[in-house]
Amino acid sequence: MPARALRITLGLLVTLLAASFVIFGAIYAAPGDPAAFLVGGQEDATPEKLAAVRAAYHLDDPLWVQYGDWIGGVLHGDLGRSMQYHDQVADLVSSRVPTTLFLVSYSAVLFVVAGVALGVLSAVRGGRVDGVVVAVTTLLASIPKFVKALALVAFLGVQWGWFPVTGAGEGFGDRLHHLTLPALSLALGELAVVSRVTRQSMLEQYAQDHVAVARAAGLSEFKVIRRHVLRNALAPVVTMCGLITASLFAGTVVVETAFGISGMGSLLVQAINTHDFPVTQAVLLLMVLAYMLVTTLVDLVHPLIDPRVRLEGSAA
Amino acid sequence: MTMVEKANAAAEHRFDHERLLDIEDLTVELPGVGARRPVLDAVRLRVDRGEVVGLVGESGSGKSTAAKAVLRMLPRGARIGGRVGVAGQEVLTLGPGDLRDLRARRVAMVHQDPRSSLNPVRRIGDFLTERLIHTLGRPKAQAYAEALRLLDAVGIVRPAERMRQFPHELSGGMLQRVVIAAALAGDPELLLADEATSALDVTTQAEILAILREHRTRRGLGLLFITHDLHLAAAYCDRVYVMYAGRVVEERTAGQLFEDPRHPYTAGLLACTPELGDPRPIRPIPGRPPSLDDAFPGCPFVARCPVAQTACETWRPVARELDGGGSVMCRRTDLDHPVEMVRA
Repeated sequence: MPARALRITLGLLVTLLAASFVIFGAIYAAPGDPAAFLVGGQEDATPEKLAAVRAAYHLDDPLWVQYGDWIGGVLHGDLGRSMQYHDQVADLVSSRVPTTLFLVSYSAVLFVVAGVALGVLSAVRGGRVDGVVVAVTTLLASIPKFVKALALVAFLGVQWGWFPVTGAGEGFGDRLHHLTLPALSLALGELAVVSRVTRQSMLEQYAQDHVAVARAAGLSEFKVIRRHVLRNALAPVVTMCGLITASLFAGTVVVETAFGISGMGSLLVQAINTHDFPVTQAVLLLMVLAYMLVTTLVDLVHPLIDPRVRLEGSAA
Repeated sequence: MTMVEKANAAAEHRFDHERLLDIEDLTVELPGVGARRPVLDAVRLRVDRGEVVGLVGESGSGKSTAAKAVLRMLPRGARIGGRVGVAGQEVLTLGPGDLRDLRARRVAMVHQDPRSSLNPVRRIGDFLTERLIHTLGRPKAQAYAEALRLLDAVGIVRPAERMRQFPHELSGGMLQRVVIAAALAGDPELLLADEATSALDVTTQAEILAILREHRTRRGLGLLFITHDLHLAAAYCDRVYVMYAGRVVEERTAGQLFEDPRHPYTAGLLACTPELGDPRPIRPIPGRPPSLDDAFPGCPFVARCPVAQTACETWRPVARELDGGGSVMCRRTDLDHPVEMVRA
């Protein structure tokens, strides 16, 4: 078990390092001169000023030197200073992280609960119910997130006034209230995949002999479904929900901007628009880290769901 | 097979031949492409309390379907006719609650493959206590103690340890014991054993047969023993039904059936097994068992029958009573010993 933990941690670190290089390289190669932004308006951008700024921010150094400086700092916990706000990137980011984490978790709870419920309904009832679930969830999935956001704002926010349309709120209850519409616009599109995977996985389990055996032993249909069909159908559902949750971090870019929430997503948009390299890199790196942590968590949960995986794991 | 020798006579008379399972004219038709005849065609079958009844036939003859009908575990959309009575209760018209009760307390079934009978992601203990708690309503602690006792009774050593293990950690023979322990959990009156020992080695098979026999003598368990092994059926059962193409073609006491089979199919099955000291060659029954898309105007066995006559092709099979008890569904009851014709 310690060996396994070490292997997983090492794997995470290597992946993170590779990701950091890709992120750094991509931003370095992106068009546009950050020095021009730092200097400000076009009129006072004299070559001397630009050169001075470049020297101050080490923008003239070769790629690998700049990368080395940055990654060395990151490893020491120093993410650098924002070019735009002149604050520590770490402070800037850490003030935004809780909001985004809250939003993503809220949204994950929504799509997991509703998606699995719809999948179970589809599998158990079949026929027309299944058809309606497929139609509605597919429709929801095919509408872009920002359009859903606008529709939710128009109806639930403005028309009926149930939920606030901007800001993230203070305290748990208020935050829940404020983030409902953003979380919904993130979650609604994911219902289609989650309900489909749940339904398919359950139908496969329905056909298993042991389900008929449990039924033949006099177990009620509800318990047969809960204890045997749904229980055994969980593995692919958990994997899918994990992957979707991880990808929601990227989805916050659109939704946080649409709802004026100051989280990681909106921070990333601002940083890219202003060529704020250190902030962009830090946010992207955190998104990669979040993705990796979620998928690792899914891997760790798997043996709990299916004990047969444990056997293979210990042999490897 | 010393442990499965013929039943002692005492056991046979203790339970007064009370009718336990009574299947009458059971006809089951499955909707499906190419199904041209019923899976079961007017099957009559009876198991008394404390009686071991064998049900023999090739794959696809309808043995398992007959057993599943007793628990009403037939596929959705099956057309069912006739009646199935368990101790006077009509199974085919039971309400959902009564049906669950029948499955939980009165009739239990053991399937051929124990590995597919158990949920692979749950522990052995869960499999047993689930029945005790959720279908029989026992409190948890009592269910656990009872599960231990059940496992011990089917010859599983260190039952507490086994309870914590998963199905993939146990051997097939051990799993079949677990399945049988679970089947006996509700003290059923009738046990349907569908090839329950066919995949086991002979010593395990003998032990399990002995355990089942013990339940039969002790508390009058009725046993419907489904097997493709006619010799085992003849040795273990009181009476034997032979099925072919969804029909019961012969029904006799085990002794009679083995000594003097009256249906050429039964004779053919017996001739398929080599016997020590028998110089006659093994004779497989020619042809193949009929599938569901084979329909027959007359006797379904005619194409494979060594004593068939032209009239057999249009003879609508009916069960004919035999003098010494039992019945046979063959037009050629004029033959004294069809087995000699088959072996010849």
